[in-house]
Amino acid sequence: VENVWLLDRLSSRKAALGTLYLTATHVIFAENGSETRKETWVLHSQISSIEKQATTATGCPLLIRCKNFQVIQLVIPQERDCHDVYISLIRLARPVKYEELYCFSFNPKLDKEEREQGWKLVDLNEEYNRMGIPNNYWQISDVNRDYGVCDSYPTEVYVPKSATAHIIVGSSKFRSRRRFPALSYYCKDNNASICRSSQPLSGFSARCLEDEQMLQAIRKANPGSDFIYVVDTRPKLNAMANRAAGKGYENEDNYSNIKFQFIGIENIHVMRNSLQKMLEVCELKSPSMSDFLWGLENSGWLKHIKAIMDAGIFIAKAVAEEGVSVLVHCSDGWDRTAQVCSVASLLLDPYYRTMKGFMVLIEKDWVSFGHKFNHRYGNLDGDPKEISPVIDQFIECVWQLMEQFPCAFEFNERFLIHIQHHIYSCQFGNFLCNSQKERRELRIQERTYSLWAHLWKNRADYLNPLYRSHHSQTQGALYPQMAPCNFLYKFWSGMYNRFEKGLHPRQSVTDYLMAVKEETQQLEEELEVLAERLENLQKSQLNDNKVKSMQQDRSKHLGLSTSNNSLANTPQEYSSDLKSFPSRSPSQGDEEDSALILTQDNLKSSDPDLSANSDQESGVEDLSCRSPSGGGCLPSEDSGKDSDEAVFLA
Amino acid sequence: MLRSSQPLTGPNRKRCREDEMLLGTVLDEGERGFIIDTRSAQAAKQARMTGGGTEPKSFYPQWRRLHRPLERGRPLQESFTKLVEACNDTSINMDRWLSRLESCRWLSHVKAALSTACLAAQCLDREEANVLVHGAEGTDTTLLVTALAQVILDPSCRTLTGFQGLLEREWIEAGHPFHLRCARSAYSHARLKQEAPLFLLFLDCMWQLSRQFPFSLEFSERLLLTLFDNAYASAYGTFLCNNEKERRVGREVGTALCLCKVKESTHSLWAWLNQPGEKQQYLNPLYSHNALVIWPSVEPQSIQLWQGLFFRWIRSSQYLDEAWAEIQRLVEGS
Repeated sequence: VENVWLLDRLSSRKAALGTLYLTATHVIFAENGSETRKETWVLHSQISSIEKQATTATGCPLLIRCKNFQVIQLVIPQERDCHDVYISLIRLARPVKYEELYCFSFNPKLDKEEREQGWKLVDLNEEYNRMGIPNNYWQISDVNRDYGVCDSYPTEVYVPKSATAHIIVGSSKFRSRRRFPALSYYCKDNNASICRSSQPLSGFSARCLEDEQMLQAIRKANPGSDFIYVVDTRPKLNAMANRAAGKGYENEDNYSNIKFQFIGIENIHVMRNSLQKMLEVCELKSPSMSDFLWGLENSGWLKHIKAIMDAGIFIAKAVAEEGVSVLVHCSDGWDRTAQVCSVASLLLDPYYRTMKGFMVLIEKDWVSFGHKFNHRYGNLDGDPKEISPVIDQFIECVWQLMEQFPCAFEFNERFLIHIQHHIYSCQFGNFLCNSQKERRELRIQERTYSLWAHLWKNRADYLNPLYRSHHSQTQGALYPQMAPCNFLYKFWSGMYNRFEKGLHPRQSVTDYLMAVKEETQQLEEELEVLAERLENLQKSQLNDNKVKSMQQDRSKHLGLSTSNNSLANTPQEYSSDLKSFPSRSPSQGDEEDSALILTQDNLKSSDPDLSANSDQESGVEDLSCRSPSGGGCLPSEDSGKDSDEAVFLA
Repeated sequence: MLRSSQPLTGPNRKRCREDEMLLGTVLDEGERGFIIDTRSAQAAKQARMTGGGTEPKSFYPQWRRLHRPLERGRPLQESFTKLVEACNDTSINMDRWLSRLESCRWLSHVKAALSTACLAAQCLDREEANVLVHGAEGTDTTLLVTALAQVILDPSCRTLTGFQGLLEREWIEAGHPFHLRCARSAYSHARLKQEAPLFLLFLDCMWQLSRQFPFSLEFSERLLLTLFDNAYASAYGTFLCNNEKERRVGREVGTALCLCKVKESTHSLWAWLNQPGEKQQYLNPLYSHNALVIWPSVEPQSIQLWQGLFFRWIRSSQYLDEAWAEIQRLVEGS
């Protein structure tokens, strides 16, 4: 569709005219005749909702909201075209078969072996070995090898030595969805462990010998403690209500040596609404400080983040400080349980704060343990009541921790944002379906590519320059202050306002420091080489002249260029009052403020918006995928001369 | 950019040819200028009843007046006190923290101050027009706006020495009454009539700028905290008294004349800060000269609570300090 307008949400003056394309996998907006031929690409999988708004004089507005929080405002001149686009997008954004998803057509041009290698990058067996298992207390069990015991669990589960197959099977029958207690994390320093399950089908008075034996087995696997904690991450009221439906929670009287604890985290419906409300705040036009703070509080979002974090801290402390094992569950053990176990693991073990370790953590507690990616993130069209930002909340917890402990993580904010992006993008096969069983049935590993390999290849973009493996922050457990610490939880504008460039610091400290670090390393290496040569030369007794010239070469290199001063920014709309004054003619030029030009240096090649663009075989016919500036897929980027700078004054 | 106090128009619309001529000298024939009045239109009108007022359009035809009400005086001090109370309140749940923060209104004041300063800067830089800034007395919100606008516009105000010069010029010499304004701070129950944290508001805005432009200020947060401390209680004479006259000639205390003779009897804070040994800790390791204008975002998401100040004694800054030490190490290593 031609002559479509793309509006900038923050400043109404920055509207771009261009052509809208719909392909099998993307929506693409290509700006007309701008020097840089800016394109905006959006994967259908990313589309969360499409809203057709009332027709105005300029055309029919169409608002596309994405799961990665990008909001695209288009204005299509003809109502008929707008309607067609709307209907098409609705269908395209709601696939019914897995084969419709991008990961099945995405081609990064790797051969079969490379694809396989990519999938092998994260190996959970290796991970449990790293923890020290199998050992005297824990073993691997193949009781679920055909998914016969629990179809949402992996084929390989780790259980206490004293848990026989009989106990496991018996316990699984007493657990919602058959999700029996299994190992999530083992602390070899003191034998305490974190196990996870779903709620017991205890109702008001039901008991199950095998389930009680299972918990005893967990306790016995830790000789250092004579009891275990059982943590129910639901609000007490909800858990109690579940009893009326024949489910519920563990009765301390029936299970010997357990200490039961509720840590109330709200359910998926509350979380879905919370995010919705927060995004509404983000969409407010020119909100006051009041609007923003009230809106944010009403959404309850940060309160929920803190609740998840507090639960993780409780468990981490139980394991590291008290040396007591913990069994965690919620209702079905695949949402709050996953969040809380992975936060606790991250706090306890510095390995999970490395890039590789974090990938392993997600594979372990989310992918292998059957978190319902399809239902929660809408790979396929499904029940809207199943949609909920569960993993988003976990990822945000990690970000909040990164803000409190800037030296503790090997990876940076960009890493987290790209992972979140790809959970929704379905460009890679890691986060498809609802369980390992489903993924194996679809032969995901043979037909799609692994995100981890892709991220690993580009790991230079994801490093945190402040991370040092021998730093005090990277050793041992992390304990965020629990109270009073409400203020420590910040609004993550890097995620929820990701595409509004005007909001963020223009200059990335992370990127600058990484560049400094790299250059320092290179210089140090060079210095070593030169020092060696110098030694050799001195040994062979050459004349002074040669030595002098080498020293001169060395000093040339030592000035680090910080030439990013040319990054200018432009003022936002501070006032509408200057309207009646004649503005300067744009041709008077804004040389000093010429806005950010998209060059290869500024763009990160690993940015998912770019990688989507660079795929030749995604079904785009008439567009050459490579635009000269390297993609320009970051919407609302200031590119080229901001020639209608002064338009808002007119 | 000019600054002044309000014109004494009064209820009878007095005029003063000399004042009109003075303002006229900065404008060329046919050129227009802006007056940014830091009071609301209503407040400015009401000021006429007590002898003050605004520049009437008919007498100052070349000037366009814009009102940008900025909080000052008792309400600003209340805002500060409430915020400090909220920060110290260990009983607040996450449920109610943000609304409590909002009810203090401090962040709204920060937003308003930055927006107004940006407006002034925009007039100068984008419109290439002259600007006159004033409120009532010209000693509080006026200085806030002119000082911030200069930091936004002028890279030399972002260097350590340039910033000190800015403070001397726009706050100290310009006559911000430090003695009255920075008296007991937030914990006092005295509720002094003349006390108001304008200077702190300025420092908070500076911190917001440093967060949004981490490479563009030569000095670090530590300098801002030190300035905050010294404005209220100092071993140095820099922030003493209320104006140059008092610092030089003295002030009446009761019936006696108190000879301050600040320059003869005290040491300058700047002299101490600028010593090579001391200076290091006030510098920003990421600084690199940025010749351009820096336009901050004043969206609510971009304005954050200054944790380093308001939670200074409440939470450990250990991890953040370690991060800065690491940054220092990386930059020096190059």
